[in-house]
Amino acid sequence: MFDKQKAAEIKAAAEKWDNGVKSKLERQPERKLTFRTSSGMEIKRMYTPADIEGMDFNADLSNPAQYPYTRGVQPTMYRGRFWTMRQYAGFATAEESNNRYKYLLEQGQTGLSVAFDLPTQIGYDSDHDLSEGEVGKVGVAIDSLKDMETLFDGIPLDKVTTSMTINAPAAVLLAMYIAVAEKQGVSAEQLSGTIQNDILKEYIARGTYIFPVVPSMRLITNIFEYCSKSVPKWNTISISGYHIREAGSTAAQEVAFTLADGIAYVEAAIKAGLDVDDFAPRLSFFFNAHNDLLEEVSKYRAARRLWAKIMKERFQAKDPKSMMLRFHTQTGGSTLTAQQPDNNIIRVTIQTLAAVMGGTQSLHTNSKDEALALPTEDAVRVALRTQQIVAYESGVTETVDPLAGSYYVEAMTNDIEARAMEYINKIDDIGGAVKAIERGYIQKEIQDSAYKYQMEIESNERIVVGMNKFQIQEGSPKGLLRVDPAVGELQKQKLETLRNERDNNKVNAALEALKKAAQTDENLMPFIIDAVRTYATLGEICGILREVFGEYQQSVIL
Amino acid sequence: MDRPIRVVVAKPGLDGHDRGAKVVARALRDAGMEVIYTGLRQTPEQIVEAVIQEDADCLAMSILSGAHNHLFPKVVNMLKERGVEDVLVVGGGVIPEDDIPGLLEAGIAAIFTPGTPTSLTIDFITQNIKK
Amino acid sequence: MDIKAGLLKGDKRAAARLITLAENGDEEAVRIIRECYHLTGKARIIGITGPPGAGKSTVTDRLAKLLRMQDKKVSIIAVDPTSPFTGGAILGDRVRMNDLSTDPGVFIRSMGTRGALGGLSKAAHDAVRILDIFGSDYIFIETVGVGQSEVDIVKLADTVVMVMVPGLGDDIQAIKAGIMEIGDVFSVNKSDREGAERTAVELEMMLDFNKSSDFRPEVINIVARDNQNVDKLLEAIEKHWEYLCTKSNYQDRKRNSIHTEIISLINQYIITSIQKNNHSNLIQSMVEKVLKKELDPYSAAIEILQSVPIITTVQHDN
Repeated sequence: MFDKQKAAEIKAAAEKWDNGVKSKLERQPERKLTFRTSSGMEIKRMYTPADIEGMDFNADLSNPAQYPYTRGVQPTMYRGRFWTMRQYAGFATAEESNNRYKYLLEQGQTGLSVAFDLPTQIGYDSDHDLSEGEVGKVGVAIDSLKDMETLFDGIPLDKVTTSMTINAPAAVLLAMYIAVAEKQGVSAEQLSGTIQNDILKEYIARGTYIFPVVPSMRLITNIFEYCSKSVPKWNTISISGYHIREAGSTAAQEVAFTLADGIAYVEAAIKAGLDVDDFAPRLSFFFNAHNDLLEEVSKYRAARRLWAKIMKERFQAKDPKSMMLRFHTQTGGSTLTAQQPDNNIIRVTIQTLAAVMGGTQSLHTNSKDEALALPTEDAVRVALRTQQIVAYESGVTETVDPLAGSYYVEAMTNDIEARAMEYINKIDDIGGAVKAIERGYIQKEIQDSAYKYQMEIESNERIVVGMNKFQIQEGSPKGLLRVDPAVGELQKQKLETLRNERDNNKVNAALEALKKAAQTDENLMPFIIDAVRTYATLGEICGILREVFGEYQQSVIL
Repeated sequence: MDRPIRVVVAKPGLDGHDRGAKVVARALRDAGMEVIYTGLRQTPEQIVEAVIQEDADCLAMSILSGAHNHLFPKVVNMLKERGVEDVLVVGGGVIPEDDIPGLLEAGIAAIFTPGTPTSLTIDFITQNIKK
Repeated sequence: MDIKAGLLKGDKRAAARLITLAENGDEEAVRIIRECYHLTGKARIIGITGPPGAGKSTVTDRLAKLLRMQDKKVSIIAVDPTSPFTGGAILGDRVRMNDLSTDPGVFIRSMGTRGALGGLSKAAHDAVRILDIFGSDYIFIETVGVGQSEVDIVKLADTVVMVMVPGLGDDIQAIKAGIMEIGDVFSVNKSDREGAERTAVELEMMLDFNKSSDFRPEVINIVARDNQNVDKLLEAIEKHWEYLCTKSNYQDRKRNSIHTEIISLINQYIITSIQKNNHSNLIQSMVEKVLKKELDPYSAAIEILQSVPIITTVQHDN
């Protein structure tokens, strides 16, 4: 971005300066011999234009909402409107979660984000043996359309956008959402929101898979196809790096493995006969936000640029919307400490700044008590206020991509992109993300990073305030949220009543039709919606699909 | 001791967060132990069978879903029913401090919460195995 | 716990504890095995081997399930490598056999190679005996097919199944020398992948070329994950067994195996004697002498052996 002669002069001057500093290091040593980002990338003492001399403004940065979208996907960003403040919530029964949603909307939250309990995420009803002890624990228990009706009672689905963290049974929960909307008199075309629907990262990092890879990918492409016609404003997938990072990856690995998954989905959809520009604009992403502020900002920028190039060059997308990487962010759960939980508020603030200066489209901020239990209402409010303070008071929202042009941030953006691309090439060599997952390659890379990170903490090479430095004696924290163990019983009773009251002939007929369709190549969405309407339960629907598809088996590589 | 300590590392319940379990498994291996890793979604029955058939010295379980009060004691009780009393049982995960006394009373020898150095877990196991 | 009585009753805890004792070289284990030796020889022993990632555990799991449908009692010994640096190991084979672990008719045991001096092959040998006495109809030993100790283990087996995967390409050439003698049945797992047919054809060609035995191993394409053709694989295993029984060289095979075992026990006893009698000083002084060229290593070894009272130190309390 500088002319060659100027750049050379700057480089020479910087080297001279650096040598001068080095000569004094013996008397005034630095704190460490080498400085690294939280992901382990080495950081120089100072950055100058020489570090980004190969960059071309138009090709590598350009302006907001222009290819390659490094600077953001909207022309006015937060000058137009803030990101969607979306707190992930859900616990116990649909009734209780419904109350929490209404509270959050009253507090100024602008979108809903539904957390489901583990039995729901794995396609078991609350009365299944394996559900014992898990019902309502990490999210709301949804067994049938009945629960879903209660969950959104009094919340007009044409007015809110709803994000649902659901993967293996995403088709079923989306079907229920569509059916609830119908009952509210809201058509599917009006619905706006997101299902996570990202099975590959379940195999990699999060573990709530059900079916083997092939039928899982089919369900996903069925959803792409169905929504492109019938639910056009719906984000059909949220390709997630969040959990990959939580599992211990570095920032560059987070970008690499997420985009590699993205490539696999695009390839699967194209293979299923879809046109790239028909579904790609509805792909969305989901990233983590850690404490290394500038590394994180660089990460989001690198991800945007890399995805734009992949969509344009690799998949020949024509629609600019296909090239735009839109993403949700959640602050990093694994960065929170159980020790001195108030400190987590400060961590979340830094992470919020990272996400906002990195141009996120929506954000969930973690609550300070989440290393201990599900968050209380008070803790959730502080977390939401953190976003609001950054939005209204910090000033970082008043211009688009405020850190562009920082020699350090631009150099690191380049570096993360290059490292991510290296991984993607390696995964291509293996034969794509699916194969790399089946071989355990991606899991192994993440586990190595996680182990290294842990060992750095244990050797005090890496400091976590309150955990391995500045510790205090603390009493046990009070007032944590507890889910009443009776929730399980309550859900069981509700199920029993449901099974008695519904028209079981209709249920069986719908399930039988679904089974037949699953054995062919038909799009399963209409069959699932029909089944849901008869009040067939989630466990029944997934049970039928388990029969036809089988179940995924974990490949452990340690 | 000249024989390796044998530890079954298990994730009971449905949660898929195995970062902690895997990091601990590796750390135990690097401390010279034989780690029998059993994977996700283990039922109490499967865990008890693994402990018996592998003749483990220690069972280390991890839960992050909040189902610990239900599942940890259940496993311990099933071990007792099978007459297995000489196995050290430890637990880890997102576990509120208030729950710990109850779990200790139920027969879990120690609970390791987030932030526990693996060296502490290793030392505890080494010093407390019963065989 | 009365281990012997438990073992004879088919108690899993007793079997498990006895395997631990055997693995740790405890003489109690040898005593019980000796006392029950006459009860061995009833189980069929199947070795499952092949390169890492070939899906050996899944193949074992599916074969075991088929045998369970015939109401056979099945035991599985899954061997994984021990880290040479720390002596620790991560044994992860149960992950792929989870639903077998609660089956009353199945016993699964994971073992680390633990390195040193044929120790594993002895421990695995003992474990097989124990599970034979325990009443197993079939015992699977699953191990990565690299290294001498693994080769020793598979020699324990009546039938060795080589599990291959498509796309090994040149690797097949590289390992064929080792596998051709070992395998009695070849299975190409993950045969839904590209190149499965080619791999099978290559194997067939190599087997045609190999005339060292009058038994011609079969090559079976399977997809263990989806349970495809696993029944065919079991049939091939059974065919090999019929061959062993009818062609009478089964006795030769047994003879060889007993021979190998006795030799390896002799080795083991010598090593144990040297360790027990604290001859490390003697060894150390020999090392120094050889270093100074005062002595050659051959003479040193003989001198050490001559000073070790082998017979008197290897005692079992009869």
